[in-house]
Amino acid sequence: MNLGNLDSLTFFRPELILLGGILLVVISDIALKGLRNLINPLLTLAALLLALFYTLQTDHGSAMTLFEGMLALDNFALFFKVFLLVAGILVLLGSLHSEELASVHQGEFHALLLAVTLGMLLMANSAHLVMLYLSLELVSLTSYVMVGYLRSDRLSNEASMKYILFGAVSTGAMLYGFSLLYGMTGSLDLFAIRDALLAQEVVGFNQVTLVLVVVLTTAGFGFKTAAVPFHFWCPDVYTGAPTPVTAFLSVAPKAAGFAILVRFFLGGLSQPAGEQWAFISGIDWPMVLMVVSVMTMSLGNIAALTQNNLKRMLAYSSIAHAGYILMGVVLLTGTGLKAMLVYLFVYLFMNLGAFFVVTVIFNSEKTFELEDYNGMFRRSPFLAVAMSIFLLSLIGIPPFAGFLGKLYIFGAVIDQGLYWFALVGALNAAVAAFYYMRVMKHMILENDDRPPTPLRISTLNRALLVLLLVPNILLIVFWTPIDRWAANSITLFGGL
Amino acid sequence: MIELKYFLLISACLFSLGVFGVLTRRNAVNVLMGVELILNSANLNLVAFSRYSSTGIDGQMFAVFVIVVAAAEVAVALAIVLTLYRVLNTVNLDRADVLKR
Repeated sequence: MNLGNLDSLTFFRPELILLGGILLVVISDIALKGLRNLINPLLTLAALLLALFYTLQTDHGSAMTLFEGMLALDNFALFFKVFLLVAGILVLLGSLHSEELASVHQGEFHALLLAVTLGMLLMANSAHLVMLYLSLELVSLTSYVMVGYLRSDRLSNEASMKYILFGAVSTGAMLYGFSLLYGMTGSLDLFAIRDALLAQEVVGFNQVTLVLVVVLTTAGFGFKTAAVPFHFWCPDVYTGAPTPVTAFLSVAPKAAGFAILVRFFLGGLSQPAGEQWAFISGIDWPMVLMVVSVMTMSLGNIAALTQNNLKRMLAYSSIAHAGYILMGVVLLTGTGLKAMLVYLFVYLFMNLGAFFVVTVIFNSEKTFELEDYNGMFRRSPFLAVAMSIFLLSLIGIPPFAGFLGKLYIFGAVIDQGLYWFALVGALNAAVAAFYYMRVMKHMILENDDRPPTPLRISTLNRALLVLLLVPNILLIVFWTPIDRWAANSITLFGGL
Repeated sequence: MIELKYFLLISACLFSLGVFGVLTRRNAVNVLMGVELILNSANLNLVAFSRYSSTGIDGQMFAVFVIVVAAAEVAVALAIVLTLYRVLNTVNLDRADVLKR
């Protein structure tokens, strides 16, 4: 079904609410000088919760497109909308009691957070190259500003500068790829592009162009998902940005990047055919992405081994996790896609949790260095245990949630008979265990000579930590609903 | 009428020049000029393809959107260059090296 502009509005409520929220926050920031620090976070939270409510309420029947084919509304999009809104809410709560952000005026921060969430929701829905480009730029532009939010801080500025230069070049390259694709197929609609490519065999000169298109567009998506070789910005930006923003960047835009990658490659460059998708003849793009995936996880894990700055270490670890998630995409099967969704879902809670502990420790210690984490267990057993659970979850040790993600991904890979690929993944997981364990060793086993002074944690932060711990521990119990939800969410809209 | 291939050739040249500029320039503003060349090479492609095909004006519409986004991008980028200049007193990218590579 292809809805016109007015009929689409009913299904566009979450985005409209976010848009209204942005305007309200901007107005209240100017008009309510005395109350704005109280009202802005509440408005933002209300907008995100309301958007989440309407997203959960959306009953679209069968998959369809909105706004004359600009956006696709299917279960896949709904999964990502719920995911991104939950990420937005958790990051908002995590940013409230952050000392880094407390030093600057926060009015714009909340408006930017809503704007970037709106952009990501549109990213997950795009079914048209114009929409894809615009939503990607909306997310990019707002996140450049969020990274450089600490205006007088040299690191934050530098990170933002590097981010925008890398981002502008890679989205520019992606755009050039889009223009070539338009020239080849005469259409900007993903499904029309696929039909045009399927109409005849892609050979000769066209094949070369298509390879170029895949490489150039991978640059754009690779930048968003921080996949090797487009990851160079990632460690620097993650280190320089305010920690709540880093936590956000490591989860939400990455997930939106994967959504758009799946939409482009599985929706535009392959043919849905039952359980297994067939890719368009002429270019073996799954092989390209498979190489990217192997490089991404290996490089991320190896580089993380020698890092002594917690934020930088977690940046490399998030690069490595992008590699695992990509494993699910390249399989071109429903099982692979389902594994990717499950992995993303558990990654949300474990990675945000780890970053949140870093935020809390920075609040009172003003440091990200691993050395300064010594003796943390004696100073705050709760924090040390929480961090250990998040890290064990990131390694993928049962019974924590991370195990579920790894199980699905490796299971899907072995299902396809790609044993070498699963072996590379398993080896990487073993390497990763080393540096995660190293943090735990510093926190729990090593003590410095100073007498242990208890660490202050505000009640809100304590509550949020518990909120993040619960899914990490209990997801394994609620395995069936997650499995069903993910299995339900792999229906991609495939065109009319 | 000028053939399509000349437009594509010029746009490929612009794209290469843009990438070359981005990679070799050390001044942040010059790098941004390189980015503009990349974006405009894509625009030239889109408009040329749209003009020489019979599939409507989709490409020209896309180019208009790209121009708008490019303007927004430059606005944000220059703001960041300005704040960086306030902190560092230079826009040379080699000086922005506190975050180790």
